Amino acid sequence: MTPRWIFPIAAALTLGASVSAHAATIQITMENLVISPAEALAKVGDTIEWINKDVFAHTATARNGEWDVTLPSNKTLTSVLKKAGTIDYYCRFHPNMKATLVVEP
Amino acid sequence: MFVRFSAVIAVMSLLSSFALAEDAKLTDPQIAHIAYTAGVIDIAAAKQALTQASNKEVKAFAEGMVRDHEAVNKLALDLVEKLKVTPEDNDTSKTLSKNAADKLAELGKLKDAEFDKAYVANEVAYHKAVDSALEITLIPNANNAELKSLLQTGLKIFQGHEQHAEHVAASLK
Repeated sequence: MTPRWIFPIAAALTLGASVSAHAATIQITMENLVISPAEALAKVGDTIEWINKDVFAHTATARNGEWDVTLPSNKTLTSVLKKAGTIDYYCRFHPNMKATLVVEP
Repeated sequence: MFVRFSAVIAVMSLLSSFALAEDAKLTDPQIAHIAYTAGVIDIAAAKQALTQASNKEVKAFAEGMVRDHEAVNKLALDLVEKLKVTPEDNDTSKTLSKNAADKLAELGKLKDAEFDKAYVANEVAYHKAVDSALEITLIPNANNAELKSLLQTGLKIFQGHEQHAEHVAASLK
């Protein structure tokens, strides 16, 4: 006879595994006026964790106008990716900060 | 045309004031003073713009200049305190401040769109001049590694501002 407690644990493990397989959290860091990684790869449904380590405010602004995240100094914000595509983005305040985010379906 | 001409003059006078610095070797306390002064000047210009500018984008740009240059100058003050260095006034700083005061007076007479264009054109010119001064004179002459590194951060910030100012200038046309 299978002990009853196995079931909830098995269910929790499966759920945990499926969450990590389908929705990852990807960190993108802005430090010393550089965005890294310069090219990040993600999937629709993933969460981007925008980490601003500078004492300056930055933005992550998609050139195609799809999103525009304003990052106060030394703050971390998250956003969930809703659409696939290759998106070039930059900082509106310091347009020399540029990077690409590839979002797969 | 007038705006563009005055911007050229601004660059020339700035470059020549920085060129003074090349005659005598600059010391770290002097370099710190020049870099700090360059920030103070841009904050003063931005504060003038916040009261005189009419365009929304120009105002947002000026807000960014105050925010960033205050942040850089705070880093600079923290560093000189840590290094126990007293920034030292010098001819380059004096010339920069004098030119900036003249520019404030000149822009002070302008209004609305005329002010917006002249301010942004001067910001492009000013940041260009500071960028080349940082690259050619200040960074190579800095002895202390932490000061050099802060100047390099300053250069990236100024280059970003130059591009931002160019975007704003293009949107005003």
